Amino acid sequence: MSTNGSGPLLEVEGLVARYPIGRGLVGALRREPTLSVRAVDGISFSLNRGEMLALVGESGCGKTSTAQSVLRLIETDGGSIRFDGQEITGLSASALRPLRRRMQIVYQDPYESLDPRFRVGATIEEPLEVHGIGSRSERQAEVRQALEVAGLTPPDLYIDRYPHELSGGQRQRVAIAASLVLHPELLVADEPVSMLDVSVRAGILSILDGLRDNGLAVLMITHDLSTAAHYADRIAVMYLGRIVEEGPTHEVIENPQHPYTRALLSVVPKRDPRDRSVPQILRGETPNSIHIPSGCRFHPRCPIAIAECKTVDPELRRPAASTDPAHRAACIRV
Amino acid sequence: MTPLLEAEDLNVWFELPGGSELHAVRGISFELEPGERFGLVGESGCGKTTAMLTIMGLLPPNASVAGEVRLNGENILARGEESVSPHRWNDIAMVFQGAMNAFNPVQTVGAQIEEPMHLHGIAEGKMARRHVEELLERVGISKDRAARYPHEFSGGMRQRAAIAMALACEPKILLADEPTTALDVMVQAQILELLASLANDFDLALMLVTHDLPIVAQVCDRAAVMYAGEIAEAGTIDALYHTPRHPYTRLLFAAIPDLHAGGERVASIPGAPPRLDRPIVGCPFQPRCDKAFEPCPTVTPRLKRVGEAHDAACHLNDLVREATA
Repeated sequence: MSTNGSGPLLEVEGLVARYPIGRGLVGALRREPTLSVRAVDGISFSLNRGEMLALVGESGCGKTSTAQSVLRLIETDGGSIRFDGQEITGLSASALRPLRRRMQIVYQDPYESLDPRFRVGATIEEPLEVHGIGSRSERQAEVRQALEVAGLTPPDLYIDRYPHELSGGQRQRVAIAASLVLHPELLVADEPVSMLDVSVRAGILSILDGLRDNGLAVLMITHDLSTAAHYADRIAVMYLGRIVEEGPTHEVIENPQHPYTRALLSVVPKRDPRDRSVPQILRGETPNSIHIPSGCRFHPRCPIAIAECKTVDPELRRPAASTDPAHRAACIRV
Repeated sequence: MTPLLEAEDLNVWFELPGGSELHAVRGISFELEPGERFGLVGESGCGKTTAMLTIMGLLPPNASVAGEVRLNGENILARGEESVSPHRWNDIAMVFQGAMNAFNPVQTVGAQIEEPMHLHGIAEGKMARRHVEELLERVGISKDRAARYPHEFSGGMRQRAAIAMALACEPKILLADEPTTALDVMVQAQILELLASLANDFDLALMLVTHDLPIVAQVCDRAAVMYAGEIAEAGTIDALYHTPRHPYTRLLFAAIPDLHAGGERVASIPGAPPRLDRPIVGCPFQPRCDKAFEPCPTVTPRLKRVGEAHDAACHLNDLVREATA
């Protein structure tokens, strides 16, 4: 399938995604300028085969818009997205179709992402039918295999069930099976366990974990730093449409450099009640992405900001105190 | 000394369409002292929210209740609505799950916080408005936002306003049901800090109901872990984490990834909780338990003292006792 097996599977450069926002009739009559939300404002990253990259950040940071842009589910306003070496930002719907089966998504809510009228088998078989793959019996074999990979064994126990007969964890396994049945090379997992009970989350995440060994690239979108810390190979922390820090997981978690990453890590509740370190709580909330602060967009909430931070938009570069050459942070103070 | 709030052998049944009954809360007991922060932990369907609604006297009509909830020694369930309603909001208040999304969109936030004061005859007119402003300031919202509408508030601010509303009648007990579940981690930290400081400043007893063990580990002094309508284990949060005496508690902690625990194995608990609309024979956790042995499928374990202020409902503790006896 692959045309360029050596390079990264996914390369994103300077990606921008904006949403226009209504100014209303009065605004239009007054000829107010059309405003837009800069959900993703110039981000770059790459993802290799067999690798899991976690995009982490709070709501509104642009992590989901980034994932949707990568899958061409929303239109982008600038930058480049190369999948297996091929630029996909300008591709027409028909040119995109053969690529679609190579990139799949698992959504957050398995109660909404599955059609309640479809049996499990039909849900998983549908992508094969859409792409005209295989004979009926070949498709059945693929469905069974996908169910097994997703941990729903024996497949016969699940294949004729309806979603309402399944638990939340089982539904998410069905959604994963449906996304894997096409043998994609890239899987985007958008908060794959946040709707599920704590006791079943690890099972779902370990499926994604295991799929990496077969070369699958996983882009995981999550607000949960502990999950990212435990499963991802690399972490990119987003704030207001930008990546503010990125690097190998261990480096970002144990040696964070950007003040936002540091604050974010400090407020993650620890399991051990004896480990009650004082969280560094940032005041206020993330400003909306219509009026992005000048200079460094984090400066109004930053505990170490200096005058220069109001004017200089920092570039991602290797921080002085990093211990890994792949570690980057966008802060002039580190 | 009489505890501030005491639930004893609380049972709740829901009558289902078709005549069957769902036994949602199965004989739970707990105590709450003034100023204490107590966590009620469990996964969806374990009965934790039902238990809170029972204390508030806000169960739907198809529910029936047995057992006692004593406030300063008085059983407030004794005469149904008549005995609960004088205490609701005045002594015991609740921040409901999703409260921040339950504001009336066409009424100002201030007016909505004021409403319980009128209903309970606490304050009227100018005095009520001043009280609203004080409450808003106390939960970290500028008082001039009282005249704003809910859509002008962020999620975190609406949750602060919901807490202000619960505090309108100066209760002694605050029940908070998943108060941070839909919030970002930074806003969650702000809300938890607020709840802890309110508990501190007003000697408010806080009952935090959540599925999120690390939150309880960071905020609460004591906690009870619920499973299938029962309390599986209760004790100080330190004992629950460091010396759990029920396999469910241990496995639940082990199912959560920790930020700094790198290579440690995180494992889900296989299986699912039992159905609550039929009788449960033996230990309810037995089919999912990695330590189940001979008595577990047939004998129901009782909640027994296993250490100082530490109780667990597990047959394993009898083995330990016999071995050390």
